[in-house]
Amino acid sequence: MAATNGTRSVQVKIKRFQPGEKPEPYWQEFRVQVEGNDRLLDTLNKIKWEQDGTLTYRRSCAHGVCGSDAMRVNGRNRLACKLLMQDLGSRISVEPMLGFPVIRDLVVDMDPFFAKYEKVKPYLINNEPLPRTERLQSAEQRERYDETTKCILCGACTGSCPSVWANAEWVGPASIVNAHRFIFDSRDRGGAERLQILSDRTGVWRCRTIFNCTEACPRGIHVTDAIEEVKRAILYGSTEGD
Amino acid sequence: MIYHKFDVVIVGAGGAGLMSAMQLAQGASIAVVSKLYPTRSHTGAAQGGVAAALGNLEEDHWKWHMFDTVKGGDYLVDQDAGEVLAREAIDAVYDLEHWGLPFNRTPDGKIDQRRFGGHSRNFGEGPVRRSCYAADRTGHMILQTMYQQSVKNQVQFFNEYMMIDLLINDGQACGIVALCLRDGTIHTFHGKTIVLATGGYGRAWRITSNALACTGDGMAVAYRRGVPLEDMEMYQFHPTGLYKIGILLSEAARGEGAYLLNNEGERFCIRYAPTMQELAPRDMVSRFIVQEIAEGRGINGKDYVYLSVAHLGKEQIDAKLPDITDFARNYLGVEPYYEPVPIQPTAHYAMGGIPTDVEGRVVMDEQNTVLPGLYAAGEVACVSVHGANRLGTNSLVDLIVFGRRAGKHIGAKWLPESDFAPLPSDPDAAATEMVEGLLSRTTGETQESIRAELRDMMMEYVGVVRNDERLQTATTKLVELKERFKSIRLMDRTRTFNTELMEVIELGNLIECSEATIAGALARKESRGAHYRTDFEKRDDVNFLSHTLAYRSETPGAPDLRYKPVVITEFQPKERKY
Repeated sequence: MAATNGTRSVQVKIKRFQPGEKPEPYWQEFRVQVEGNDRLLDTLNKIKWEQDGTLTYRRSCAHGVCGSDAMRVNGRNRLACKLLMQDLGSRISVEPMLGFPVIRDLVVDMDPFFAKYEKVKPYLINNEPLPRTERLQSAEQRERYDETTKCILCGACTGSCPSVWANAEWVGPASIVNAHRFIFDSRDRGGAERLQILSDRTGVWRCRTIFNCTEACPRGIHVTDAIEEVKRAILYGSTEGD
Repeated sequence: MIYHKFDVVIVGAGGAGLMSAMQLAQGASIAVVSKLYPTRSHTGAAQGGVAAALGNLEEDHWKWHMFDTVKGGDYLVDQDAGEVLAREAIDAVYDLEHWGLPFNRTPDGKIDQRRFGGHSRNFGEGPVRRSCYAADRTGHMILQTMYQQSVKNQVQFFNEYMMIDLLINDGQACGIVALCLRDGTIHTFHGKTIVLATGGYGRAWRITSNALACTGDGMAVAYRRGVPLEDMEMYQFHPTGLYKIGILLSEAARGEGAYLLNNEGERFCIRYAPTMQELAPRDMVSRFIVQEIAEGRGINGKDYVYLSVAHLGKEQIDAKLPDITDFARNYLGVEPYYEPVPIQPTAHYAMGGIPTDVEGRVVMDEQNTVLPGLYAAGEVACVSVHGANRLGTNSLVDLIVFGRRAGKHIGAKWLPESDFAPLPSDPDAAATEMVEGLLSRTTGETQESIRAELRDMMMEYVGVVRNDERLQTATTKLVELKERFKSIRLMDRTRTFNTELMEVIELGNLIECSEATIAGALARKESRGAHYRTDFEKRDDVNFLSHTLAYRSETPGAPDLRYKPVVITEFQPKERKY
């Protein structure tokens, strides 16, 4: 087991936005005592509970599965609950994700994000008569879309994408990941509809394969590759393998 | 007052809430009110699987599942409910598959199944493969699948609205009051039906697997309005939480063959439970660990033991247990391919909660008198299918079976036969007074010390091992904290997305839930399931084969306790051996 490296002092610089109090965002620095294996989320909690109750961010599961606490840490989108302080140096900058309207401090408006998600019909489409028991699917067919089922809709990929920053209309990587999850599911019959939606001007072609999304994904999804697979499915009209 | 009116108001957007919404999506007007975005709900953290006697890999029967559930619950399970759970799990799992849930598959393309603690073949002969799973993110896939279906069915969500009051008028539930986090406004939801699906309250303990959002909101709000809480002393500690952090390492690890080892490298479970070994039920395995530590066999003399998966090999670890091995790497810096993972028991699951019947209707007393219009499902509820100790995977079964049943009952029976009860006058008065009180107070202590002291107290005195002295100490402390909470002060007195306000309301809810837990534990002078007392080490079926009902009283720390008999249909109580 890795040894904890004791208590140390770090400086956390947070981009604040307090509507009603101050009209413009501003940076504020906090000094905190942390343990090496504290999560960044623990550090934010410490600031909020002990120093400044007005510090505002979302959080819930605290171990990287609920997707609440995506934020920009030292210039990269991360989940605050998956980052350990020992990996962050002694001066840390924290700000809300780019490309989202800010509600307060690190809390961004996720409604437009979920609206784009809904646009790609992120649910199984199949109107064939249901068997009495399960539909059959081979382990290989199941494996085909395994990776994109891991998405937790945290927004880290979408918020790291320069094409999203440049054009708020574009569906963004997370929506494509969730379309991919169904397009390549052998039980689904809605692939053509989704490919149609994703082939228009706000669809996959705005992806410039910059790979920020892949780097940002806290679930290790190769987002850019998934987008490429969807692009190829549109070009070649097929969802069979690669 | 901001007013909304719906046939059905569902509070909570986890598995149980969304499952009931699914049954009602056609026809009724429904609102799902959730303090989180639905996909953030704690259902998503469930890992190992959902049990159903599909028999895809070996012979299995729902009656075996029912028996295991009853025995696992140390005979405090209501057996009519246990039967419903085991029978209907099968169709509910097929529903999930039909909605697209990506279950792992057998070589012939069926849903794959694996072993899990306490699940046996032929009434206890040995482990059986009953847990249907999607890698070690089954809960995530259930939550995503149900949310996808909600999108398809255009369910109306009120996201980031926190319920702060429940409205009951003239003996019928008629609404809730919620705080909109975004702008601090107070909303009244008038409903013909209210479904509470708000989850558990693990955040009352210092070491917990639970999300920060698991603060017993539904239980506390109902308790304040005169609804009893059932069997709250039955709180499960999961044996394998990451050391010091509490993050869950699923029982699926042991289902796949992982070992628990003490400082001598011994698989100590074999000594205590020769048949089921590491797959004995959670209450027992947690006690085995505590016992090993007490007898000096913790690792390096400390309060933890090892969970080892290394012998399973990389391939199986990556295919079956990818997330939990990542947790060990990420949070403890341990590589499970080669190294054992330090673990300790972690506060995990409330078997108790708001009493309901098998239709999900909330019942108010020993005679199961229904409170019209109010339903509860999932961890917030106590049907009781888990009795004194829940089996692994039965939480997800509970969500889908009873969420489904509640929804179906509302649609088929309740809505056609009922009218809206009128709201009480000034329906949001109590909620508004509480919120305005908190936002205006400028003196008093802030939340942190009260929260920390509550969680430490629950961990020390209301944990795996209890006795009269510890529980008396806990009562005294609880009364003190309740008093201090009355004059708590916020640092943040603004209205936009005030999460400190939310946290303080949550803390108040945790205190209410803890009160019922401690009082129930103190009065239950026996050991049964998760409730283990060193001063009453034996189960006492003569005096305590009954459910505790705790009603809030005016005296802090002292709810009125009443008892309701357990429903026994087929399986007479026996000594539990594994």
